[in-house]
Amino acid sequence: MSNKLAVKWGLIFAILLGSAFLIYPNYKWYSKPLAERETLDTLGERPKRMLNLGLDLRGGSSLLLELEVSKLSGNEPLHEAMARAIEIIRNRIDQYGVAETSITKQGDKWIMVQLPGVSNPQRAEELIGKTAMLEFRIVKNDTTEAQSAFELLENTEKPFDDDGNLVPEIAKLVPPGLQIMRNKEGGYSLVSDTATVTGADLENARVIMMSDNGYPAISFSFNAEGAKKFGQLTGANLGKQLAIVLDNTIQSAPVIQARITKDGQITGHFTSDEARGLAIVLKAGALPAPVKVIEKKTIGPTLGEDSIKSGLSASLYALILILLFMAVYYKAAGVIADIALLLNFVFTVALMSYFGATLTLPGIAGMILSLAMAIDANVLIIERMREEKLLGKPVYEIINLGYDKAWSAIFDSNITTIIVGACLLQFGTGPVKGFAVTLIIGLLVSLFTAVFVTRAIYELILTSNTQEISL
Amino acid sequence: MMNIFPKTHIDFLKYRKVYFTLFALVLIAGGFCFFTKGFNMGIDFTGGTMVQVQFASPVDMGRLRSALTATGANSELQSFGDNTYSISEKSTEHEVGVVQQRIENALNTLGVEYTVQQTNSVGPAVGESMTNRAIGAIALSLFFIIIYVAFRFSNILWGISGVVALFHDLWVMALAFSLTGREIDLVVVAAFLTVAGFSINDTIVIFDRMRENIRLHPKMNFGELINTSINETLSRTVITTLTVLFALLILYFMGGEVINSFAFAMLIGCISGVYSTIALTTPLVYTWSHGQLNDGSSFEKPATKQNVEEVVKQQHYGKRKRNRKHN
Repeated sequence: MSNKLAVKWGLIFAILLGSAFLIYPNYKWYSKPLAERETLDTLGERPKRMLNLGLDLRGGSSLLLELEVSKLSGNEPLHEAMARAIEIIRNRIDQYGVAETSITKQGDKWIMVQLPGVSNPQRAEELIGKTAMLEFRIVKNDTTEAQSAFELLENTEKPFDDDGNLVPEIAKLVPPGLQIMRNKEGGYSLVSDTATVTGADLENARVIMMSDNGYPAISFSFNAEGAKKFGQLTGANLGKQLAIVLDNTIQSAPVIQARITKDGQITGHFTSDEARGLAIVLKAGALPAPVKVIEKKTIGPTLGEDSIKSGLSASLYALILILLFMAVYYKAAGVIADIALLLNFVFTVALMSYFGATLTLPGIAGMILSLAMAIDANVLIIERMREEKLLGKPVYEIINLGYDKAWSAIFDSNITTIIVGACLLQFGTGPVKGFAVTLIIGLLVSLFTAVFVTRAIYELILTSNTQEISL
Repeated sequence: MMNIFPKTHIDFLKYRKVYFTLFALVLIAGGFCFFTKGFNMGIDFTGGTMVQVQFASPVDMGRLRSALTATGANSELQSFGDNTYSISEKSTEHEVGVVQQRIENALNTLGVEYTVQQTNSVGPAVGESMTNRAIGAIALSLFFIIIYVAFRFSNILWGISGVVALFHDLWVMALAFSLTGREIDLVVVAAFLTVAGFSINDTIVIFDRMRENIRLHPKMNFGELINTSINETLSRTVITTLTVLFALLILYFMGGEVINSFAFAMLIGCISGVYSTIALTTPLVYTWSHGQLNDGSSFEKPATKQNVEEVVKQQHYGKRKRNRKHN
């Protein structure tokens, strides 16, 4: 064996070994029982470089959220608000305890949340849907204007217009510096229209049980900055009511008995789920603006199983048929092409594991297309070799010319298909993107296996002074 | 040597008037069908809600339908067998989740236990964005393919004819979906784009052979050269297409519901792709260049032994210097 050929084979074996190394974690992981995988998942002990199954294959739900840009406060640039919103949603979902969630930005103002294994995302939706804007405001209900405003409010059928603003006849009764807010338990209150202390000043929040009425409540504590501000606010307003406002609704309005600096409680008739959710969102922080669910998909686990079964078995049969056909029609050359095809499959799976890519049904289709392109490359080469063979050339020349002449067609056709793949990657979302990723990886791999590897095999055969090759 | 196709000498260009007439007919039929029948766009594009449920015991379809109608909404009902139904409603007005709730309420009135297998609610803004993205992806790919082919084959006409054929394939696929009323969802769009990639592949292979033959036989009449190139690559075309079609047929019949649409689109597209390469791309190149290479193409080059060797060498590296005008 010449040095050059030895290097070639060294490289091929190194890549094969590397692939086995990359694929092994998949095997190890998926051979574990489901329950164990789930536990490891929640502990965050899932290997990172592994092939993931898409929601269509394993079941789960996805939510597409839109940040309501018109409700963003003043001067925060959209991309910063989005980054913050994604971070906050991630914090909330993480504490909710779903494994392997993916939260990604889509377009300018959309956020895609994927929850594998969750077939009823209602709880997650509730967690995400809360803006969780916590504010502390001083209540000023004791003026005559306030009383007449409340009266009018009670008697007006629709006190707020579609945008949530007060109708003008009531708005003019509200004194400057104050604003009207709804009480959770019904009715309205007048509160100061600025909040100096907000949820951003919190350090922690957790659920506690109230000893007097048995309802759960949320206990919170401030960070240093928050404690200072809260001390000033409560110190200056002793004896007044302090409204604890969450998402523009007054949860409770206790009377300030003493100056408070460190911590406090939010009480109300919460269910324990509500209280737990509230503590999570308060701890994670407030969203820069409300989000709205604009797309929701759920796929039950059994459906995922069925589709993977039928999709995989069909793909397998298709593959076997192609392998047989090649071997029968092209004989030895066909078998060599088959080896390359199988290697193509192995390398593609290895690369996808390395990137931690997600395999979806369209992704499997993309793989099939790249396998078809790999077959085409070999058909091109073998047909060229046949042409040379008909001209009666010696074996080594048949092989060399076959590769040399077929290369430009293989190269150009793969590049054009990669161009299509790249356009898909650019524009596509979800399933289309999964398709594009596997297609591009598969095509790049097929350029290597269908040309480089098969040629190395022929060259190896030639070293034994072969005089004839069956095509 | 097993050979399905022995050496052929078919005059493909002879029938180009037939091809062009067929092309015109396909265009007209498509336009007519798109206009009168339209497409069955999935809720990924229109916005709306789909709920797929499996009942624990058989349910009379009429009862199911009337329960749904009682909600006052116009929903489509599709049976998948095994007591499994998909209920979909194309709506653009409602907030996500409202329709799903209403459908589930209607199902509860039947008094038969069921499990929700799959739901999909898409807001109108999302649907619109999907449509734009899909069209954008197709337009962008077509553009880059023209550029790439024009660059690699030093002739913009080749690039344009390749894309006309591609356009033909997409048109034929769209026609097939319009005629059969099959639903177009995101996966089908992926299939459209796959066909775009695969169909241009055939074109490239024939162009590649033409490029080579132009240099090997510079004196050859252009029409004869095109025919020779198609004939020389014919067995490859047939073998590759057959293997792909085998694979697709298996996927079509056994791949399950999601893959079925994909395979259907690909089957139509692949058949159309092979046809259009032979019957559209090359005849167009021939017609547009008036039967000869006098269009400023830079392929003309006397065939000396040295040139032939150079061609082979250049192909080996897969790169050819673009500027061959100095010859």
